[in-house]
Parts: sequence; C-alpha cells; structure tokens
Amino acid sequence: MSLLGNLTLDAVPYHEPIIMVTLAVIGVIGLAIVGLITKYQKWGVLWHNWLTSVDHKRLGIMYIILALVMLIRGFSDAIMMRTQLAMATNGAAGYLPPEHYDQIFTAHGIIMIIFMAMPFMIGLMNIVLPLQIGARDVAFPFMNNLSFWLAAAGAVLINISLGLGEFAKTGWLAYPPLSEMSFSPGVGVDYYIWALQISGIGTLLTGVNFLATVFKMRAPGMKLMQMPIFTWACTWANILIVASFPILTAVLGLLTLDRYLDFHFFTNDGGGNAMMYINLFWAWGHPEVYILVLPAFGIFSEVISTFTGKRLFGYTSMVWASGAISILGFVVWLHHFFTMGSSADVNAFFGVMTMIIAIPTGVKLFNWLFTMYRGRLRITVPVLWTLGFMVTFSIGGMTGVLLAVPGADYVLHNSLFLVAHFHNTIIGGAVFGYMAGFAFWFPKATGFHLNERLGKYSFWCWQIGFYVAFMPLYVLGFLGMTRRLNHTNNPDWNIWLYIAALGAVIIFVGIVLQFVQLYVSIRDRKQNPDVDGDPWNGHTLEWSTASPPQFYNFAVLPKVHDIDAFTDMKEKGIEYQAPDEYMPIHMPRNTAAGMQIAGAAGIVGFALIWHIWWLAIVGSLGMVVALIARCYAKDVDYYVEPQEVAEIERAHLASVATVKEEAL
Amino acid sequence: MSHSAETTAHGSVKSYLVGFVLSVILTGIPFWMVMSGHFGKSVLFYSVVSFAIVQIVVHLKYFLHLDFSVKGRMDTFAFLFTALIIVMVVGLSIWIIYSANAMMM
Repeated sequence: MSLLGNLTLDAVPYHEPIIMVTLAVIGVIGLAIVGLITKYQKWGVLWHNWLTSVDHKRLGIMYIILALVMLIRGFSDAIMMRTQLAMATNGAAGYLPPEHYDQIFTAHGIIMIIFMAMPFMIGLMNIVLPLQIGARDVAFPFMNNLSFWLAAAGAVLINISLGLGEFAKTGWLAYPPLSEMSFSPGVGVDYYIWALQISGIGTLLTGVNFLATVFKMRAPGMKLMQMPIFTWACTWANILIVASFPILTAVLGLLTLDRYLDFHFFTNDGGGNAMMYINLFWAWGHPEVYILVLPAFGIFSEVISTFTGKRLFGYTSMVWASGAISILGFVVWLHHFFTMGSSADVNAFFGVMTMIIAIPTGVKLFNWLFTMYRGRLRITVPVLWTLGFMVTFSIGGMTGVLLAVPGADYVLHNSLFLVAHFHNTIIGGAVFGYMAGFAFWFPKATGFHLNERLGKYSFWCWQIGFYVAFMPLYVLGFLGMTRRLNHTNNPDWNIWLYIAALGAVIIFVGIVLQFVQLYVSIRDRKQNPDVDGDPWNGHTLEWSTASPPQFYNFAVLPKVHDIDAFTDMKEKGIEYQAPDEYMPIHMPRNTAAGMQIAGAAGIVGFALIWHIWWLAIVGSLGMVVALIARCYAKDVDYYVEPQEVAEIERAHLASVATVKEEAL
Repeated sequence: MSHSAETTAHGSVKSYLVGFVLSVILTGIPFWMVMSGHFGKSVLFYSVVSFAIVQIVVHLKYFLHLDFSVKGRMDTFAFLFTALIIVMVVGLSIWIIYSANAMMM
C-alpha cells in the first residue's frame, strides 16, 4: 500500500498526444493569467472582491465565468466527436481510439449539463433574482459562496481527470453494470462520482438558499403572485432542485458503495438490480432538464415583455404552467428507458404523462406569441435568441412527443434521433435562454453594453449551425445509426455525418464570435456605458438600481404594488426619488470559509478517487474544522453608514439626471 | 442581513400534552388489539394501519405544528408537496421495478 494510493506516474497519459498538447495549452494559458494578475498587481482585488465575496452579483458573475470556461471544454469534446465521426467512415479508424472517444462523449455530457448549463443558470439567477424581489442579498450569503466553490471543486476534479488517470467511459449516465468495478476498474467512474457528488451538494444548497430568499426576503408589499416571472420560474426550478437532487446524491452513494465496499445494489450477483440505478438516476435526471429549462423560459418571458414594451400576456397562467411542468416533470422519467421491458401499462402511463407536459409548455408559447401580438418588438440580441428559441424549441418539443410514444421509442431508442432531440431542446431551449439572459442582463451586471453587431453575428452562427449540425442527426437516427459509435461503415450515413460536422464548425464560429464580442465590449466599455441602469426601459426592480448595482442593492427597500414594479413606479413618477434620510445597512462580510470547505471537499474527492485513505481523512477533518471555525466566527457582518449610502445614491441619481437631460 | 423574525408558533405545554396523550391512546389500542388475540388477521392489519395514519396526522398537528393558518400554510404546503413527490417517486418506482420483474418471470 503506497502513500499515494493507486496514484503513480503511469496515470499521466504521455502516450496520448492530443491530451498532452491540451495540457500544455492549458498550462501556458494558466501561467499567462497568473503572470498578468501578478504584473498588474490584481491578486488583492481578486481575493477581496471576488474569491471571498459573498455578494450574490459577484458570485453570479463567477458562476458564468465558470460556465464559459467549461463551455470551451465541453465544446472541444463536441467538435472532436463530430470530426472523428466525419473521418471514421467506410471502416476508417479516425483519429480518436475507442477508449479515448468513450471518455470524450462521457465528459461532454457531464460537462455540458452539470458544469456549463447549471452554473450558467445559477449564475443568472444569482445576479438577477435578489434584485428582482427587492432584496439586499440572498438569505444565506455565505452558503451562496460555499455553493459556488463546491461547484468549482467538482469542475476542478473533472478537469484533473484529463491529466491524471482517465474519465469515465460509460456515457454520461454511468449505467451499471458497465460502471461497476468489474467492468470499469479504472478511476474514471470515481472521478465521475465525486465530481458530480460535490457539485450536486452545492446545487442543493443553492436551491435551499434561493427558496428561503423568495419566501422570506421579498420587498415590502410584494405578494407571491407579484414576483417577476423570471423569479417565479427560478423558484419552480429551485423546488425541483430541492426535491430531486437528493435522489442523485443517494443513487451515486449506492454506486459508490458498490464500487468501494463491494455492495450489490446494482449487480446481478447478490440480488442487486441494475434497473434500479437507471430508474433512480432518471427520477433525478428528468426533473433536472426542467431545472435547466424553466429559468430559460423565465428569461424569454422577461425579454419578450420588455422589448415589446408590454406587460407579459397571461402572467398567472405562466406561473401555473411552470408549476404544472414541475409536478408533471416528476412522473415522466420512465420515458428515458421505455425499452427496459417494464409492462405495457407502465409504458403507457409514462407515455401519456409525457405527452401531457406538452400542454403547459404550449400555454407558454402562446403566452409569448400573444405578448408580441400588437406589441412593438425591438429586434435586439436577446430578442433574436428568443425568436430562435421559439422556432427551434417547438421542433424539439414535437420530436419529444414523438419519442413519448413507446412504440416509436422502441425503434428510435439510443439512436441519433434521440441525440438530436435532446440537443434540440437543451440547446434550443436552455442554452438559447441563457444567451438571451446573458445579453439582456449584461449591462446590469457590468455597467456597459455588449457589442450588438457581434452579438447578432454570433446568434446567426449558432442558429444556422444548430440546424446544420443536428437536423442530419434526426435523419441518421431514422437510418438506424445508434449513439456513441466510434467509427461507422455505412456509405448511406456519410453525407449526413459530413453535414453535421460542418454544422459544428458553424457553431464553433458562433462561440468564437461570442468571445470576440466579450473582448470588444470590454475593450470599448468606456464608449458604451450603461449610465442610468435602465438600458431597455425595464419593467422590474433590477432595472431601478445602478449598473452595476450598488453593493447593497437598494438604499431603501422598495414598496411593491404591482407585478411590473418598476413600470408602476415610472407611471407614478417616483422611480428615482431620494428618500429624506438613509438608514444604516446591515451587510455580510467576505469570508474564505467557502473556499476552505469546498477545497477540502475537493481534496477528499481526489483522495477517494485514488484510494489515498490518509488524505481522505485529513481532507474530511479539514472540512469539519473549517465549518466549525466558520460557525464560531464572530466578525461576520457590518453596517454601511448612512453617509456612505447617501454619497453613492447621490452619484447614481446625478448620473440618472444627466441621461434624462440628454434625452430631453 | 436582516431577517424577518417571522416564525410559526411552537405550541404550548397543553398542546404537547394533548398530542402525547392522543399518541399514547393511538398506540395503545392497536397494541392491545394485537396482544389480546381476539381479532382476525385482516382486521388487525387494517386497524393497525389506520391507527398509524391517524397518529401521523396527530404528530403533524401537535408536534410539527402544521396547519392551514396564514402563517403555517407555507410549511404545510411544503410538507404536502414533499409527501406528494415521495409518494410519486417511491410508488411509481415500485410499480416500475415490480412490473419489470414480473415480465422476467
């Protein structure tokens, strides 16, 4: 038994040139970033203003940076798979050997869902939700910081697997028996388990945190049915998080027991049942896709109503449609495994339930259409993403209803038709939504505008690229091509594989344009400031703050009388009124405890992956000690003095006044 | 952050005593029924289950303070929602796995 457990130098994949080059590039970029930070002496700023921050707005930005970094990683996997499949036709081997290719498609799935989409969604929710309900922060600011670092620790683990050992070769679901010790003896599945487990706990804490926030910290006067629609959508998503993530934690825990302690939950010998893993995994997995897409629906609602200059059509039906989707989302999970061979009754029940979900979703689409009807739609970047979504997601929804027919599913299960379908809904639904939200709230979060033209170019590349990349997969599914193939030998498929690879390249251009857009916008930030904090003539309270918002959000908690609280204030002419006097504001202090606890959790995960038992014990103790130290910390809050508040507010109101004068 | 100190009532000695006595009675009756041996198997089964369910409600009301007052409503809805999800996930899982097993026979 070595001091480093199973970890030896052989764990580094020297013989894989692709991985070694990637690692070298990551190393160079990492060193460059470290060098730049040192050169401009920004370590203090980074530490005090960002890494230890408990401010929901800064945590939100860090979540989105994490999501963008992981988008690069996940998309690299995607374009490697598409080029491999375009090259490995007619019996050619392509350039990715099967054992590497298997890791790539597993990593692609897990990264895009857990480490790209989730942080992006949680980041937007962090930035916007407390502002929308007129709160000064979330209910538990320290826990918010901890959640972020737990997500980051999971992301770090999954990236370490690139250079040390391997990642799971099981597909992103890690179905047993393949994921059991007898068939996956390497560390890949362990990386999978611990990365998911640690970040999953962070997500669960986020859900609890934001539920407490919306139920306890709404601005005076704001009833539940007056919360902005994005807040409502996030609230339903958080309810789903709190209800479903424990299932994931439990099922991964059972798989861990199987792998580490020779239990037999999911093995046939010893009386286990692999189907139970599949069942429980999807009892989490299906609500998870609604967790991703409901906030996106909320973003589209905000975007459409803001840019048509109208109140959202059917607010109440929108809220309850989300509620119906949330509850129904818990009784459809079997449609992911119709073919497991349960009874016809079971399949029929879940098939019908799945089709019923299309109804509340349809309600939402009609609400957006009716909001636009007779409105004056300003075609901005967020609106383009929204319109692109409405078309694309409808197609994805229809193929979903098709797959909900158990008979059809028996033909299409595990084919590329399925792959096309879920990319159609997750990219066309969730990702387009986050992009819309990113463009919509970017000025609010940063204080300057994104470059509109590059944003539109990027949108069109994504939109066109999406269709070119994924419509061929529907065809390939009908032609009988199954998912997760490493190379093919069917001439009929070739042309479609080539087209799909071309589509991936177009999306690649879209992503590059997005980063160029970010670069150009940051470079030109002085020319495009958002001075008064209300660039789009917004309806809800986040637009009543400065851009970026004051660190305490609201000098005086606003009184709310309407769903569109800020519109209501504008109509009454009280939107920028200074109060007679300011009160001290109670604020939480920054803390490094979140980093310490999550860092220790990451160390525990790493130690368990490599069976370094002493390190796992040390890491666990570190977690406990850091948590106890935080519990006994005395200096956790402070008051912002009225004088300081008054100065900040005066400056903000003055800049608002200049904009108003220029407008006249 | 300033939190509103709005919490639901935690009950009085009297309400805890009522809950306790009711629980004792609701435990005592099925216990006696089983011990006495006067009752048939199916009668016993249904009575024990019914008393257990009634006792759950007693616990929820007197010990967990769930009610439909304006203040307590939120907790009650959260509880009912959780119960619904558990019943759906566990119930449907049993149905799914049971049916799959039956097909294998």
